[in-house]
Amino acid sequence: MTYFNDLGPGTGLNIELQLNGQPVRAQVSVRQNLGDFLRESQGFKGTHIGCEHGVCGACTVRVDGRAVRSCLSLAVQADAAQVFTIEGLSDDPVVRVLQDSFVRCHAMQCGFCTAGMVLTAAELLQARPEPSRAEVREYLSGNYCRCTGYESIVNAVMDAAQTLRKALSD
Amino acid sequence: MRLRLYERPLVTSAELVANHKHEGIGASVQRVGAKRLVQGQARYCDDIEMARMVHVCFLRSPYAHARIASIDTKVARAMPGVVSVLTGADLRAHCEPFLGILSHLPGMVSAPQWPLALQTARWQGEPVVMIAAQTRALAEDALALVEVDWKPLEPVVDPEAALAQDATAIHPELEKANLAYEARVDRGDFAGEVARSGLCLSLNISTTRVTAVTLEPRGLVADWDNGREELTVWMGTQVPHMMQSVLAKHLRISENRVRVVGMETGGSFGLKIHAYPDEFAAVMLSRLLGRPVKFIADRLESFSSDVHARAHNARVEIAVSPDHRIQAFGVDGLLGIGAYSKHPRGSVNEVRHVVNLLGAPYQFAALHAHVRVAFQNKTPYGMYRGVGHPIVCLLTEMAVECAARKLKVDPVEFRFKNYRADSDYPAELLSGTKLEALSHEACLRQLVSLMDYPALRKAQAQALADGRYQGIGFATFVENSNHGSATYGRGGAPIAANDGCTVCLQVDGTVLCNSGVTDTGQGTETALTQIVAHTLDLPLSAVRMQLGDTAAAPVSGGNWGSRGTGIAGEAALQASLALKDEVLRCASVLWDVPQGRISLHGGHLVDSIGGQSLGSLAQLCQAAYVRPDLFKSCPIPQFAVTRFYAQREYDGGIYTNGVQASLVEVDIRTGCVSLLKHWIVDDCGVVINPALADEQLRGAIVQGIGQALLEGCLYDDQGQLMNATMAEYLTPMAGEMPDICVGHVVTPTRSSELGAKGVAEAGITGAIAAVVNAVNDALFPLNGQVTDLPVTPDRILKAIGVIH
Amino acid sequence: MKAAHFKYVLAQSLEHCLELLSEHGDEARLLAGGQSLLPSLALRLSAPALLIDINRVQEISAQPQVTSSVVRLPALTRHADLITSPVVQAYLPLLHRAAPWIAHPGIRNRGTIGGSLALGDPASELPACAVAAGATLILQSKSGGSRRVPARSFYQGMFRNTCGADEMIVAVEFARIDGKQTGFKEVARRRGDYAMVGLAGQARRSGQRLTDVGLSFFAVGDYPVLEAEICQAIEAADTAAQAVTLALDVYEREMQPSADLWCSSQAKKYIGRSVLEDVIHDLFQ
Repeated sequence: MTYFNDLGPGTGLNIELQLNGQPVRAQVSVRQNLGDFLRESQGFKGTHIGCEHGVCGACTVRVDGRAVRSCLSLAVQADAAQVFTIEGLSDDPVVRVLQDSFVRCHAMQCGFCTAGMVLTAAELLQARPEPSRAEVREYLSGNYCRCTGYESIVNAVMDAAQTLRKALSD
Repeated sequence: MRLRLYERPLVTSAELVANHKHEGIGASVQRVGAKRLVQGQARYCDDIEMARMVHVCFLRSPYAHARIASIDTKVARAMPGVVSVLTGADLRAHCEPFLGILSHLPGMVSAPQWPLALQTARWQGEPVVMIAAQTRALAEDALALVEVDWKPLEPVVDPEAALAQDATAIHPELEKANLAYEARVDRGDFAGEVARSGLCLSLNISTTRVTAVTLEPRGLVADWDNGREELTVWMGTQVPHMMQSVLAKHLRISENRVRVVGMETGGSFGLKIHAYPDEFAAVMLSRLLGRPVKFIADRLESFSSDVHARAHNARVEIAVSPDHRIQAFGVDGLLGIGAYSKHPRGSVNEVRHVVNLLGAPYQFAALHAHVRVAFQNKTPYGMYRGVGHPIVCLLTEMAVECAARKLKVDPVEFRFKNYRADSDYPAELLSGTKLEALSHEACLRQLVSLMDYPALRKAQAQALADGRYQGIGFATFVENSNHGSATYGRGGAPIAANDGCTVCLQVDGTVLCNSGVTDTGQGTETALTQIVAHTLDLPLSAVRMQLGDTAAAPVSGGNWGSRGTGIAGEAALQASLALKDEVLRCASVLWDVPQGRISLHGGHLVDSIGGQSLGSLAQLCQAAYVRPDLFKSCPIPQFAVTRFYAQREYDGGIYTNGVQASLVEVDIRTGCVSLLKHWIVDDCGVVINPALADEQLRGAIVQGIGQALLEGCLYDDQGQLMNATMAEYLTPMAGEMPDICVGHVVTPTRSSELGAKGVAEAGITGAIAAVVNAVNDALFPLNGQVTDLPVTPDRILKAIGVIH
Repeated sequence: MKAAHFKYVLAQSLEHCLELLSEHGDEARLLAGGQSLLPSLALRLSAPALLIDINRVQEISAQPQVTSSVVRLPALTRHADLITSPVVQAYLPLLHRAAPWIAHPGIRNRGTIGGSLALGDPASELPACAVAAGATLILQSKSGGSRRVPARSFYQGMFRNTCGADEMIVAVEFARIDGKQTGFKEVARRRGDYAMVGLAGQARRSGQRLTDVGLSFFAVGDYPVLEAEICQAIEAADTAAQAVTLALDVYEREMQPSADLWCSSQAKKYIGRSVLEDVIHDLFQ
C-alpha cells in the first residue's frame, strides 16, 4: 500500500496509457487533471480548457470509448486507459466525416469549442445514426459555444449523419 | 533569349475564366484555415510554451470596497516553485497609470488606475497581489498563503445610491463624487408634444449586468528581451496596434520596440479590446524578471475581472399623436460602470448610443435625453458586442410595441407608418447623429414576407384559443460600423481610424498580405483574402492574408465596432488595385504590349486581342525580382503596395440597419419561454461572404437571446458577485435555441469603393428587443408585461399575477 | 483553478477500500465519477488530505443484479448505464426516465449512482428517485460490516446523511415491481441544468386506485424527503383528477420551497403545482 504525494515537478505517480494510438509512460502529479496532462505534459493542445469545473464541455476527450470531460478526470485515472484527443481521431471514420461536415456547414468560428463538439457529436452518431435535430440539440446541450448560436453545428451533425448513412448503404 | 524564357502558353482567356472558380467577393467560401480548427491545430495563447516561462495568478480583493492595511508575502515567497510575489507598491514606479476618459466628452472623469491596487480595493476581484511560479498550480498554492489585512469599507453598490448626496465617494479626489459622466439633449418641444399627444406612455426598463463569457478566457504571454530592450506580447486581442500603443506608453517604451502578436482567439466580442490591469502587471513582470510570463485568467477570475456591460435603468417615454404618428421620444437613464472607467476607450459609450440613437428609425419632432453614469464598487465596465446599440434598440422598440398594443394597431403597420422613409437619406437625427442611408422599409417588407407574418398571427390566435400563449415581437435596429475619428480619435484615445494593408507579390507570383485587424472567429481573414483574390483574379489558395502582428502589419485600428470588413477590407482593396495597376504596367513593359490591352485572369496576363496569355503572373514576378534589367526602360517594378483607408465621410460612423422578429411560446404554468423561431433581415451593404455574414448574425442573435432571457451578474448588497460560475451565470446552450432565418437588403455605402458595412454586431443589437417584445406580446392577453431583464420565469409569473 | 495538494491511492479491492476508510475516515474523500468532487477541488471549496479512487473496485462495479424481488445496482453504476441497460429499462423505469435529465452525456459517462446518492445534492435527480421508490442503500464499513438503510431515512440535512466517516455505499436496492407506475418531471430553463423544480414518483396500481405511492421533490429543499401526506392523499383518490385536487390541497398547505439564485420560493411553489399535477397524471396512466 503506497501513497503518492505531489511535492512539485519530478515527483508523482507513474502511469501507462494508450494515447492517440501510441503507448505512453509518464510521471504525473496526482492532482493534475487529465486535460492539463494532455496539454502540458503530452503537448496535445487541441483539447481546450474553458471553465475547469465541468460545465462548458470544451475539454471533452475520449477515454475507453466514451466522451469524458478531461477537467473532471485526474491524469492518474488514465492509467491503463485508452485515450484519444481530437488530434488522434482523424482516422476515426465518424470523426472524419464530422470534421468535413463542420467545415462545409461553417460550424465553427473561433474554433475553441470545436473539438468538444465533434467528440460529443461522434458519440451521438455512434449510438443514434439517424438523430433528429432536436436530439442533436439535446445531446450537445452541455457543450458551450458563444460564436455560432448552434444552428450551423446542428446542421453539420445532421449533414454528417446523412453522409455516414449514405456510405453505409453504398 | 528573351522570347524563349517567356514563350506564350497556349491557353485562351475563356479557358482561364472557366478553370478558375469564383471565390471572390460575394462567394460563400469556406473559412480559410477551417481544417486547422476542426483538427485541433489552431494555436491559442495558452498553447504557447517558452523556455523559462513563469505562470502568474492574482490575489484578488474578496471585498467590494476595502482598505488594504498591510500585505505579508513572506511565507508565499518561500513556497516551492515560486519565482516572485509583487504588490501594487512594487509595480508603481515602473508604469504610468490608466485613465479611461475621452477628452471630447465634456465632463467625463475617472481616476488613475494602477495595475495592482494600492491602498484601497474598489471592487471584488480587483487584483492586489501577483504571484509567479513555475506552474499555475504552484502559484495558486502560494496565493493561499499571502496574508492581507483588509479593512472592509461600506461598499457603494447601487448606482442611484452612488449619486445620492451622502454617498461615499469611491474616488474622493474627483469633484463630482461618483458621477462619471452626464449628458443631456433636448430638441424640439418635448413637453408640448406630450401635451398634444393622443397617447403618452412611459416604461421603466432595467437590464442586468452581463459579460461576454468568451470560451477562451483572457490572457497573454509576454516576453521582454533584455538584450534588445524589446517587448513581445502574444495575446488574443481585437486590437494589436492599440495594445502596442498603450503598452508602450504605460511602460515607457517606444512603440517600435513593442511587438504585439494577435493570436488565434477563442472568442472576444469586445472583451479583449481593453487594457486590463492584471494583464499589464503580467507584462511588467516579464520586464522585471527578464523571462517570459504567461497569464491566462481562469473562469472564476474571468467573471469578476472581465469587463461587464449593459446594466441600465431607464425610463423611456413615447408620445403618439391621435393619428398614430410618433411625436416624441424621451429617456432618463442611469448606468453604473463599476469602480473605474475602462482604459483607453472609457466606459460611457453605452449611454452615448442611447442619446445618439433613441428613436432612430422613426420620424419624430421632439427628443429628450438625460443620462447619468455612476461609479460603484463593482467590476469595471467595458464594451460588449453592440455596446449601447442593443440598449437603445430595446428602449425604443419596447416603447413602440407597447404603444402599438395600447393603440390596438398592428406593430408592423405602426412601424411602416412611422419609419423615416428609405428615400429620406442622408439624414440627421434630432440628436445630431448623421445617417448615410438606412433601409427600414425594405427590411421590414422582406422580413414580413420571410416569416409569413399573417400566417403566424393566425397560428397565434389558434394557439390562444387552445390555451397556449404565443407571442411575436419585432425590433428595428440601427448599428454603427466603419467608424471615423469621432468615436475615439477625437477623444485622444490611441485607436487608429486609418488602417493600412500591405499586399506583396512573392517571387512565384503568389500573394502575401498583412493587415492589422485580427480574426477572433468572425472570418475576417477569409473576407480580406476574398477581396484581394477577387481584385487580382486569383484563386483563394494563391493569397495568404496575415493578420494582427504589429511587426508586420501597418497601423490599424483593429476589429471592433463592426469595422473590420468595411475599413480593413477597403484598405486591402485599394492596395490590391494599386498592385494590379503596377502588375499591368510591368507586364506591358516586359511583353511589349500596350497596358490597355492587358488584363489579369486566373494568374495569367492576357492580351485582349487574340485572348491569349502573354505569360503567367509567376513569370512576371520572376522577371521583376531576378531580372530587373528587363525593365530598364521604365521605373523599377514595385510589387509590394501599402494603402491606408480611413472613413471620413461620416466621422461618427456608417450606420447599418435591419429588423428582427422572434416567435415564442410562454408556458404560463412555469414561466418558461420556448423560442420557436427567429428571423432577421439585415442591411450591411455589400456582403463579402454571405455564409459567414449569416453566421455572424446567428451567433450574435443568440447572444442577444442570452441577455433577454438568461444572463445576468447577480450581486448581493455588499457588492459580492454571487454567480461567478458557468453553472450559475446562464448562457444560451444548444437545447433551447431556435433556428434563425436570415435575409439581406443591400444598400452599399458610398464612403468606400468596396461598399461594405459592418455586420458583426447587428444580430445582438436587435435580438434582445425582439425577444422581449415577443414575450410581452404573448402575455398581453393576460395583461402582463415584463420590463426588467433578464426575463426570468419569476418575472413572467409576477407579471401575470400568479405570484407576488 | 487548480486543486490543492492531496494524497491519492487507488483502492485495489473493497476490503482495501474499507481499510483505508477506517484508517483515514474524515480526511479522505472517495473518488468515484468525480463529476462533483473535481469541480469542488478545482474551486478549492474542499481540500481533502486523501483521495481514495474506487473506480477499479470490482465488487462495486458489476452489472445490475436482478432477483425475483429485487434489483441491485452496484455503486459504480454510471448514469449512462441507467439509460442503456436493458435491466434498468425493464425493471427500474423511474431511473430510466430520470437519467437523461442528469447533466450531460460526458458527465453521465462517469457519474455514478453511489456518488450521486452519497452526495445527496438537493437539486439532483437520483436521491429523489431513491426516496420516491423506497430504495435501500447498502452501506459497508470495516468496523460495522454491512448495513441496510432505507433511502427515506438516509438523508438528514443539506449534504448530510447517516453514512459514517468510515462507511461507504456499495450498492442500492430497489424493489422489483413489475408494471409499476412512474412519474418524473423536471423543470429547468436549460437542458441539463439543476432543476428549478423536480418531482420523482412511483406507485402501484390497485384497481382504479394507486397504492405504495412514493413522491419526492428535488430542488426545493435541503434534502429529498418522502411527501408522505401528499402520497396518502393520492392513495385516497379514485381518479387522477381527484388525486390532483387532494394532493394540491396538501401541497398548498405544506410546501415551502427554498429559493435559489434565480428562482424565488413563490415561483418554485407555483411551478411545483403543475409539476405535481403532471406527475400524478403520469402515475395514473
